[in-house]
Amino acid sequence: MQRRNFLQGVMNGGVAATLATLFPQAVLADWPKAAFESKDVNGALQALLGATDSQSEQVDVTAPDIAENGAVVPIKVSTKLDKVESITLIAEKNPSPLVASFNYSGDCAGFVSTRIKMGETQNVIVVVKSGGKLYSAQKSVKVTVGGCGG
Amino acid sequence: MSYNMRIKAKAKNGETEVKALMDHPMETGNHKDAKTGEKIPAHFIKELTCEHNGKNVMTAYLSSGVSKNPYVAFTFKGGAKDDSVKMSWTDSNGETNTSEVKIS
Repeated sequence: MQRRNFLQGVMNGGVAATLATLFPQAVLADWPKAAFESKDVNGALQALLGATDSQSEQVDVTAPDIAENGAVVPIKVSTKLDKVESITLIAEKNPSPLVASFNYSGDCAGFVSTRIKMGETQNVIVVVKSGGKLYSAQKSVKVTVGGCGG
Repeated sequence: MSYNMRIKAKAKNGETEVKALMDHPMETGNHKDAKTGEKIPAHFIKELTCEHNGKNVMTAYLSSGVSKNPYVAFTFKGGAKDDSVKMSWTDSNGETNTSEVKIS
C-alpha cells in the first residue's frame, strides 16, 4: 500500500478498515501461522500439535496411486479411534507442507475428505490426534503434472 | 465479490455427514498472470467452521494447499432430521461467507 493511499484512507475515516487490511491476523487470531509457514514436516507438526512422534496404526488414508492433475488430488481419511480431537493433512514436499487441520469440538465420527494440491510425487501424511496421542498414516502419490506453480 | 457455497447434511446410523462445496480461487501467491507476468497475490480460505444447532462441531484451518473451489466432507456424531447445520468461512482478505441447511 502506498503512503498516500494509506493517509487518504485514514482521513476518509476508514481507520478500522485500513487496520483490518494491515492486520488480518487480528481477525483470525487462531489461524496457526507458524505451522502453516513451516517448510518441513516436523516443524509444522511441532508448531501445530506440540509433538512429532506418532504411532502408525488405526488410521486409513485413501488417495490415488497416480494423480494426473496435481492441482486436484482427492484425499479421504477415516479412523475408528475414539475422541478424535483433530485430523491434520500434510503434503510432505509441498513448499508449505501443512495443507489443512480439522479440529473437532464435539463428537467427531473420525472421517474427513477433501481435495488438495500436490507439487510433485510425494507422500501424503495424515496425523490424527486422539486422547492426547498422535496417530499417523501415509500414502505415496505419483504426480504427473504438479499443481503448485505456473 | 460473492461466492457460492453449497452444503448437504445427511443423518445416518446416529451420525451426520456434511458435504460442502465452496467457490473460491484458493490462490497460492506463486502463480503468475499468463498475460501480464505479474504475480497473483495469495487469496485463500483460512478458516472454515461448522455449527450444529448453533453449537460448534468443527473448525478447520486451511492453507492455499487446498484445491481451488474447495470440497470438504466430514462426519459428526448425533444430529437428527431438520436440525440446522451452518458452515462459515473467512479468507485471507477478511471476506466471509455463510450457508445453512437442514439435515435430511
